[in-house]
Amino acid sequence: MTLEAVLIVAAALFSVGLYGALSQQVVVMVMMGLELMLNGVVLAAAAFWWFTAPAPSLQALLVVVLAAMTVEMAMGFAVATLLHRTSGADMTDMAGDLRG
Amino acid sequence: MDLARDIALGALGVVAVVTGALVFRVDSMARATYLLAASFVAVGASVVLLHLDYVGVVVVLMMLMEMAVMGVYMVMFMGMNPALMPMSMVHSGRRAVIAAVTCFVLLAVGILLVPWPTRTEVPTSALPSSSEATTYALGDALMGDHMLVMMVVSQVMLATIVAGIVIAQARGRYERLGDDLKGGSR
Repeated sequence: MTLEAVLIVAAALFSVGLYGALSQQVVVMVMMGLELMLNGVVLAAAAFWWFTAPAPSLQALLVVVLAAMTVEMAMGFAVATLLHRTSGADMTDMAGDLRG
Repeated sequence: MDLARDIALGALGVVAVVTGALVFRVDSMARATYLLAASFVAVGASVVLLHLDYVGVVVVLMMLMEMAVMGVYMVMFMGMNPALMPMSMVHSGRRAVIAAVTCFVLLAVGILLVPWPTRTEVPTSALPSSSEATTYALGDALMGDHMLVMMVVSQVMLATIVAGIVIAQARGRYERLGDDLKGGSR
Protein backbone atom coordinates (compact mmCIF):
# COMPACT_ATOMS: atom_id res chain seq x y z
CA MET A 1 0.00 0.00 0.00
CA THR A 2 1.37 3.35 -1.00
CA LEU A 3 1.66 6.58 0.93
CA GLU A 4 -1.08 8.13 -1.21
CA ALA A 5 -3.60 5.39 -0.36
CA VAL A 6 -3.09 5.76 3.39
CA LEU A 7 -3.25 9.54 3.10
CA ILE A 8 -6.56 9.28 1.20
CA VAL A 9 -7.96 7.19 4.09
CA ALA A 10 -6.67 9.81 6.54
CA ALA A 11 -8.26 12.60 4.47
CA ALA A 12 -11.58 10.71 4.50
CA LEU A 13 -11.41 10.38 8.29
CA PHE A 14 -10.59 14.09 8.62
CA SER A 15 -13.49 15.08 6.35
CA VAL A 16 -16.00 12.87 8.16
CA GLY A 17 -14.82 14.40 11.44
CA LEU A 18 -15.23 17.88 9.95
CA TYR A 19 -18.81 17.06 9.00
CA GLY A 20 -19.51 15.89 12.55
CA ALA A 21 -17.87 18.90 14.19
CA LEU A 22 -19.88 21.30 12.01
CA SER A 23 -23.25 19.58 12.00
CA GLN A 24 -23.78 18.06 15.45
CA GLN A 25 -25.74 19.88 18.12
CA VAL A 26 -24.77 17.93 21.21
CA VAL A 27 -21.47 19.11 22.68
CA VAL A 28 -20.15 15.57 23.16
CA MET A 29 -20.90 14.71 19.54
CA VAL A 30 -19.00 17.82 18.39
CA MET A 31 -16.05 16.54 20.43
CA MET A 32 -16.39 13.17 18.69
CA GLY A 33 -16.05 14.98 15.36
CA LEU A 34 -12.90 16.75 16.53
CA GLU A 35 -11.49 13.42 17.76
CA LEU A 36 -12.15 11.86 14.38
CA MET A 37 -10.26 14.71 12.68
CA LEU A 38 -7.28 14.13 14.96
CA ASN A 39 -7.60 10.41 14.23
CA GLY A 40 -6.94 11.18 10.57
CA VAL A 41 -3.95 13.33 11.53
CA VAL A 42 -2.45 10.44 13.54
CA LEU A 43 -2.86 8.04 10.61
CA ALA A 44 -1.36 10.54 8.15
CA ALA A 45 1.63 11.21 10.42
CA ALA A 46 2.24 7.47 10.89
CA ALA A 47 2.12 6.96 7.11
CA PHE A 48 4.56 9.83 6.58
CA TRP A 49 6.87 8.28 9.14
CA TRP A 50 6.93 4.85 7.54
CA PHE A 51 6.88 5.80 3.86
CA THR A 52 9.24 8.79 3.86
CA ALA A 53 11.53 9.04 6.88
CA PRO A 54 11.42 6.37 9.61
CA ALA A 55 13.42 8.48 12.09
CA PRO A 56 12.65 9.03 15.78
CA SER A 57 11.89 12.76 15.26
CA LEU A 58 8.52 12.16 13.64
CA GLN A 59 7.61 9.68 16.37
CA ALA A 60 8.07 12.53 18.83
CA LEU A 61 5.68 14.60 16.69
CA LEU A 62 3.10 11.82 17.01
CA VAL A 63 3.44 11.96 20.78
CA VAL A 64 2.60 15.68 20.54
CA VAL A 65 -0.53 14.88 18.49
CA LEU A 66 -1.60 12.35 21.13
CA ALA A 67 -1.06 14.99 23.83
CA ALA A 68 -3.22 17.41 21.82
CA MET A 69 -6.00 14.80 21.70
CA THR A 70 -5.82 14.38 25.46
CA VAL A 71 -5.93 18.12 26.10
CA GLU A 72 -8.86 18.54 23.72
CA MET A 73 -10.80 15.83 25.49
CA ALA A 74 -10.07 17.10 29.01
CA MET A 75 -10.85 20.74 28.27
CA GLY A 76 -13.90 19.81 26.22
CA PHE A 77 -15.35 17.80 29.09
CA ALA A 78 -14.52 20.60 31.54
CA VAL A 79 -16.23 23.27 29.43
CA ALA A 80 -19.22 21.01 28.82
CA THR A 81 -19.50 20.42 32.58
CA LEU A 82 -19.36 24.19 33.19
CA LEU A 83 -22.03 24.79 30.55
CA HIS A 84 -24.29 22.19 32.09
CA ARG A 85 -23.69 23.54 35.58
CA THR A 86 -24.39 27.18 34.75
CA SER A 87 -27.15 27.01 32.19
CA GLY A 88 -28.22 23.40 31.96
CA ALA A 89 -27.13 23.36 28.35
CA ASP A 90 -25.94 20.22 26.61
CA MET A 91 -26.40 21.47 23.07
CA THR A 92 -24.28 23.99 21.19
CA ASP A 93 -27.30 26.07 20.17
CA MET A 94 -28.21 26.60 23.83
CA ALA A 95 -24.82 28.14 24.57
CA GLY A 96 -25.22 31.52 22.95
CA ASP A 97 -23.60 33.69 25.63
CA LEU A 98 -20.95 35.00 23.27
CA ARG A 99 -23.31 35.52 20.33
CA GLY A 100 -22.74 39.00 18.89
CA MET B 1 4.34 -10.50 3.91
CA ASP B 2 4.05 -7.08 2.30
CA LEU B 3 0.94 -8.12 0.40
CA ALA B 4 -0.74 -9.42 3.55
CA ARG B 5 0.14 -6.18 5.34
CA ASP B 6 -1.24 -4.09 2.47
CA ILE B 7 -4.50 -6.03 2.47
CA ALA B 8 -4.80 -5.65 6.24
CA LEU B 9 -4.03 -1.92 5.99
CA GLY B 10 -6.68 -1.46 3.31
CA ALA B 11 -9.30 -3.41 5.27
CA LEU B 12 -8.53 -1.46 8.46
CA GLY B 13 -8.74 1.81 6.53
CA VAL B 14 -12.20 0.90 5.23
CA VAL B 15 -13.32 -0.13 8.73
CA ALA B 16 -11.99 3.13 10.22
CA VAL B 17 -13.76 5.35 7.68
CA VAL B 18 -17.06 3.39 7.66
CA THR B 19 -17.35 3.21 11.46
CA GLY B 20 -16.29 6.88 11.65
CA ALA B 21 -19.05 7.88 9.24
CA LEU B 22 -21.62 5.73 11.04
CA VAL B 23 -20.89 7.68 14.26
CA PHE B 24 -22.99 10.51 12.87
CA ARG B 25 -25.64 8.26 11.30
CA VAL B 26 -26.78 5.99 14.14
CA ASP B 27 -29.64 7.15 16.31
CA SER B 28 -28.21 6.67 19.78
CA MET B 29 -25.18 8.18 21.45
CA ALA B 30 -24.06 4.90 23.00
CA ARG B 31 -23.82 3.29 19.58
CA ALA B 32 -22.01 6.37 18.30
CA THR B 33 -19.49 6.04 21.13
CA TYR B 34 -18.84 2.36 20.39
CA LEU B 35 -18.48 3.07 16.67
CA LEU B 36 -15.99 5.84 17.35
CA ALA B 37 -14.03 3.45 19.57
CA ALA B 38 -14.03 0.90 16.72
CA SER B 39 -12.73 3.56 14.34
CA PHE B 40 -9.91 4.39 16.74
CA VAL B 41 -9.01 0.72 17.22
CA ALA B 42 -8.80 0.32 13.44
CA VAL B 43 -6.51 3.35 13.14
CA GLY B 44 -4.40 2.13 16.08
CA ALA B 45 -3.99 -1.26 14.40
CA SER B 46 -3.05 0.49 11.15
CA VAL B 47 -0.41 2.49 13.02
CA VAL B 48 0.95 -0.77 14.48
CA LEU B 49 1.08 -2.22 10.96
CA LEU B 50 3.09 0.84 9.96
CA HIS B 51 5.67 -0.35 12.54
CA LEU B 52 4.87 2.29 15.16
CA ASP B 53 3.98 -0.25 17.83
CA TYR B 54 4.15 2.03 20.84
CA VAL B 55 2.08 4.86 19.35
CA GLY B 56 -0.50 2.42 17.97
CA VAL B 57 -1.01 0.69 21.31
CA VAL B 58 -1.23 4.06 23.08
CA VAL B 59 -3.89 5.23 20.60
CA VAL B 60 -6.00 2.11 21.24
CA LEU B 61 -5.69 2.23 25.04
CA MET B 62 -6.22 5.97 25.31
CA MET B 63 -9.23 6.05 23.04
CA LEU B 64 -10.95 3.08 24.67
CA MET B 65 -10.65 4.85 28.02
CA GLU B 66 -11.87 8.10 26.51
CA MET B 67 -14.93 6.42 25.04
CA ALA B 68 -15.68 4.86 28.44
CA VAL B 69 -15.51 8.36 29.97
CA MET B 70 -17.80 9.66 27.23
CA GLY B 71 -20.32 6.92 28.06
CA VAL B 72 -20.34 7.89 31.73
CA TYR B 73 -20.56 11.55 30.81
CA MET B 74 -23.60 11.03 28.64
CA VAL B 75 -25.44 9.14 31.36
CA MET B 76 -24.51 11.91 33.84
CA PHE B 77 -25.55 14.96 31.85
CA MET B 78 -27.75 14.05 28.96
CA GLY B 79 -30.64 13.12 31.20
CA MET B 80 -31.63 10.11 29.18
CA ASN B 81 -30.73 6.53 28.57
CA PRO B 82 -28.34 7.07 25.70
CA ALA B 83 -28.61 3.49 24.51
CA LEU B 84 -32.36 3.63 24.06
CA MET B 85 -33.16 7.21 23.14
CA PRO B 86 -33.24 7.74 19.39
CA MET B 87 -32.08 11.15 18.34
CA SER B 88 -31.44 13.32 15.38
CA MET B 89 -29.53 16.36 16.49
CA VAL B 90 -28.13 17.99 13.40
CA HIS B 91 -28.12 21.60 12.37
CA SER B 92 -27.01 23.12 9.09
CA GLY B 93 -26.45 19.56 7.85
CA ARG B 94 -26.37 20.52 4.19
CA ARG B 95 -23.65 23.12 4.63
CA ALA B 96 -21.65 20.70 6.76
CA VAL B 97 -21.85 18.04 4.03
CA ILE B 98 -20.69 20.54 1.42
CA ALA B 99 -17.79 21.67 3.64
CA ALA B 100 -16.74 18.06 4.35
CA VAL B 101 -16.91 16.98 0.70
CA THR B 102 -15.00 20.10 -0.41
CA CYS B 103 -12.37 19.43 2.24
CA PHE B 104 -11.98 15.80 1.12
CA VAL B 105 -11.74 16.71 -2.57
CA LEU B 106 -9.11 19.39 -1.89
CA LEU B 107 -7.07 17.04 0.30
CA ALA B 108 -7.35 14.16 -2.20
CA VAL B 109 -6.29 16.36 -5.12
CA GLY B 110 -3.32 17.60 -3.12
CA ILE B 111 -2.39 14.06 -2.08
CA LEU B 112 -2.51 12.78 -5.65
CA LEU B 113 -0.73 15.76 -7.24
CA VAL B 114 2.17 16.27 -4.84
CA PRO B 115 5.29 14.32 -5.80
CA TRP B 116 5.94 12.75 -2.40
CA PRO B 117 9.51 11.82 -1.53
CA THR B 118 10.21 8.14 -1.01
CA ARG B 119 12.83 6.55 1.18
CA THR B 120 15.37 4.47 -0.63
CA GLU B 121 15.81 1.70 1.89
CA VAL B 122 14.23 0.37 5.04
CA PRO B 123 16.39 1.30 8.02
CA THR B 124 17.25 -1.53 10.33
CA SER B 125 15.57 0.18 13.27
CA ALA B 126 12.23 0.10 11.45
CA LEU B 127 12.26 -3.45 10.14
CA PRO B 128 9.32 -5.56 11.29
CA SER B 129 11.66 -7.95 13.05
CA SER B 130 12.97 -5.15 15.24
CA SER B 131 9.88 -3.26 16.30
CA GLU B 132 11.36 -3.13 19.79
CA ALA B 133 14.11 -1.00 18.31
CA THR B 134 11.53 1.48 17.04
CA THR B 135 10.05 1.85 20.51
CA TYR B 136 13.53 2.09 22.00
CA ALA B 137 14.41 4.80 19.46
CA LEU B 138 11.37 6.82 20.51
CA GLY B 139 12.28 6.55 24.18
CA ASP B 140 15.86 7.41 23.38
CA ALA B 141 14.77 10.48 21.41
CA LEU B 142 12.35 11.69 24.10
CA MET B 143 14.95 11.32 26.81
CA GLY B 144 17.77 12.65 24.64
CA ASP B 145 17.67 14.95 21.64
CA HIS B 146 13.96 15.62 21.83
CA MET B 147 13.62 16.06 25.57
CA LEU B 148 12.17 19.54 25.02
CA VAL B 149 9.09 17.85 23.50
CA MET B 150 8.57 15.77 26.61
CA MET B 151 9.12 18.75 28.92
CA VAL B 152 6.67 20.98 27.03
CA VAL B 153 4.06 18.20 26.81
CA SER B 154 4.32 17.51 30.55
CA GLN B 155 3.84 21.22 31.37
CA VAL B 156 0.82 21.37 29.06
CA MET B 157 -0.63 18.25 30.73
CA LEU B 158 -0.18 19.78 34.19
CA ALA B 159 -1.81 23.03 33.05
CA THR B 160 -4.67 20.98 31.60
CA ILE B 161 -5.26 19.17 34.89
CA VAL B 162 -5.35 22.46 36.82
CA ALA B 163 -7.47 24.27 34.23
CA GLY B 164 -9.89 21.35 33.94
CA ILE B 165 -10.51 21.31 37.67
CA VAL B 166 -10.83 25.12 37.87
CA ILE B 167 -13.33 25.24 35.01
CA ALA B 168 -15.42 22.25 36.00
CA GLN B 169 -15.65 22.61 39.78
CA ALA B 170 -18.73 23.93 41.52
CA ARG B 171 -18.76 27.53 42.67
CA GLY B 172 -16.83 27.94 45.91
CA ARG B 173 -18.01 29.77 49.03
CA TYR B 174 -16.23 32.99 48.08
CA GLU B 175 -18.19 33.09 44.85
CA ARG B 176 -21.47 32.34 46.61
CA LEU B 177 -21.04 34.61 49.64
CA GLY B 178 -18.73 37.39 48.44
CA ASP B 179 -15.21 38.26 49.53
CA ASP B 180 -16.20 38.79 53.19
CA LEU B 181 -18.25 35.58 53.29
CA LYS B 182 -21.23 37.57 54.58
CA GLY B 183 -23.11 38.41 51.41
CA GLY B 184 -26.05 36.51 50.04
CA SER B 185 -26.00 34.44 46.96
CA ARG B 186 -24.82 36.54 44.04
